[in-house]
Amino acid sequence: MNNFNHFYDTTEKREVISVIVKNEDSVLSRISNLFSSRGYNIDSLTVAPVPETEYSRLTIVTIGDARTIDQIVKQLNKLIPVLKVIEHKSAIEKDTVLIKIPIDQNLSDVDVLARAYNGAIQNVTDDAIVISATDDPQRIANFIKVIQKFNPLEIVRGGVVAIAR
Amino acid sequence: MKMTGSKMVIESLHREGVEVVFGYPGGAIMNVYDEIYKQNHFQHILTKHEQGAVHAADGYARATGKVGVAIVTSGPGFTNAVTGLATAYMDSIPMVVISGQVPTTIIGTDGFQEIDAIGISRPCSKHNYLVNRIEDLPKILKEAFYVAASGRPGPVHVDIPKDITAELGEFDYDKAIDLPTYKPTKKGNNRQIKKAIEAISESKKPLLYVGGGAILANCGEEVKQFAKMTGIPAVETLMARGVMGSKNPLLFGMLGMHGEYAANMAMHETDCIISLGSRFDDRVTGRLDEFAKGAKVIHVDVDPASISKIVNAHFPIVGDLKNVLKSLIEFASTHEFGDYSSWVEDISGYQKKEPLKYHDSKDGEPLKPQWVIERTGELLGEKAIISTDVGQHQMWAAQFYPFDYPRQWITSGGLGTMGFGLPAAMGVKRGCPDKVSVNFTGDGSIMMNMQEIMTCTQYDLPVVNIILNNNYLGMVRQWQTLFYEDRLSETNLEIQPDFEMLCRSMGGVGYRVTTKEEFDDALNAAVESNKTAFIEVMVDRMEHVLPMVPNGHALNEMHLLEGDE
Repeated sequence: MNNFNHFYDTTEKREVISVIVKNEDSVLSRISNLFSSRGYNIDSLTVAPVPETEYSRLTIVTIGDARTIDQIVKQLNKLIPVLKVIEHKSAIEKDTVLIKIPIDQNLSDVDVLARAYNGAIQNVTDDAIVISATDDPQRIANFIKVIQKFNPLEIVRGGVVAIAR
Repeated sequence: MKMTGSKMVIESLHREGVEVVFGYPGGAIMNVYDEIYKQNHFQHILTKHEQGAVHAADGYARATGKVGVAIVTSGPGFTNAVTGLATAYMDSIPMVVISGQVPTTIIGTDGFQEIDAIGISRPCSKHNYLVNRIEDLPKILKEAFYVAASGRPGPVHVDIPKDITAELGEFDYDKAIDLPTYKPTKKGNNRQIKKAIEAISESKKPLLYVGGGAILANCGEEVKQFAKMTGIPAVETLMARGVMGSKNPLLFGMLGMHGEYAANMAMHETDCIISLGSRFDDRVTGRLDEFAKGAKVIHVDVDPASISKIVNAHFPIVGDLKNVLKSLIEFASTHEFGDYSSWVEDISGYQKKEPLKYHDSKDGEPLKPQWVIERTGELLGEKAIISTDVGQHQMWAAQFYPFDYPRQWITSGGLGTMGFGLPAAMGVKRGCPDKVSVNFTGDGSIMMNMQEIMTCTQYDLPVVNIILNNNYLGMVRQWQTLFYEDRLSETNLEIQPDFEMLCRSMGGVGYRVTTKEEFDDALNAAVESNKTAFIEVMVDRMEHVLPMVPNGHALNEMHLLEGDE
């Protein structure tokens, strides 16, 4: 018997949650409202329609202890337009980044780096090149760190998408 | 059938069996009011303030179990209604609130009386809708009533732009509701229920912890039956007063911050909490890491998010409480339970040691507020439905009135809304005309919505308001005395209106009472008059609500009344 009702694991963990919602007005604000009003974290949030349905799929990366994550899932489920909430235990995660780098940098080094992170040069103008990379969120974070020495002009991160293995 | 959006609103209210609507007209909702003028399906009660309208619909819903309906206009009409929405939301009261909105062509341009109503109501409603197309209106209205009343009930807000109320569209109300994303769990999981029964029979000191859900699920009878057949003692939350009945030998009163000594000690010592529609509110648990440390927790709730939110549940059961109780009763009827009589005796011992008590006034001293409530209970008992405002009077009413059936007790528990009592009691009277509608209130709270006396008079909905006047915002004053070294910051209400004249000026009757005899006379006269009444009772200014579990303390660490009764 549990002698202490209020004991639970308080270590914070990163959690990836997919939410299938009815694709209707203000559904995104319902979700973001829920996170802000109950004090939950959002690390990353992506949303796009699920093809050929009236639903959209959100992928939310959040951080919290076991009870917080449990509440996030339950509170999301409680929202009327939410069809399904998936807590990913084992998922393939991908993040995308677009980076603009001045043309005077060492472009062959940039190209090699980009390839190392599943990326490539996407566009070249007189002033700058744009590279993109899609990889595990952790590796993308690493890529962004490494690319700093090429004085990037702009970095745009796409947010995490995930699918169960 | 083709009709305007306004007509659709009327038709759907009619189809939903609505008999009364509380509201206040204005520019954006005028088309709907034009249709209200033309119809005779339901009564419209014009309040003096939108907050009054929503509280009245709320009181009506709490007293009858039906969905309460309020209609307001856009902008300030809606923002005035927000406190009413939030009050109903925190206590899970089924309501539909319809607001007007500026025309769709104006939305987003900061138009006259435009406000992002659904943006505001989102965190304080169960669900809300902005109607963008006339085709959606019948479906939305039907869904609104369904969502409000099903699962864990709550208020639903529908915001309708003015042009939509004028537009013609097809009205088909017979189409079944199709909400694949919203399927409240009705039946509890039988395996879990069996496990819960096992856990109960292994326990020595089980305790029924009955919450407001037992009232919302209309299962007072089942709760009593389960208690009786198993012999398990019970405590009630503030919201559950009336479920077990004041004379029930297994009921040991209300628990929590101002709960009875016996109830709090029972919760502190139990080894198996059977939570029936309660949510372990902070005012109930006191200091969490000391709360019922030795107990297994069986938590029955229709809302999965309530389970293990505050206290880990060892046996979570999601489902409609009435259904789950029926299963529990069924399994229990073929199950051997222990003998809990010595445990019941333990709690009875606590009750004998520290009963709910107060030092009554001696001749010539100001009356004690607790006496006023006890006396009202003796004189009116089951004949009255009791509403309250918020503060000391609310806690005394919860402690000292003998509640004997569900829905006899109407109070704003979750949000704690001062100003709730009078309009709610008005809604109660509309829903239960054969009962005496009593509102216990304080000299602070009554001023917050006293304009609704006028509505009570106009629609012949008499409410007996018993104002326990201590010339203070008493509950805040009590905390200031106990925890702020008596620095009475902004709680002294020495300058007051003549309450008797105030009520008379709006068509009611008024009494000012300083003795017990005067109180009896005033209460009898007020009930007899069949008019809205103010009975201003001058009570002991420094009386405290006791017992009290100070913030941050465990349930067994109560401040108790010193000396004998």
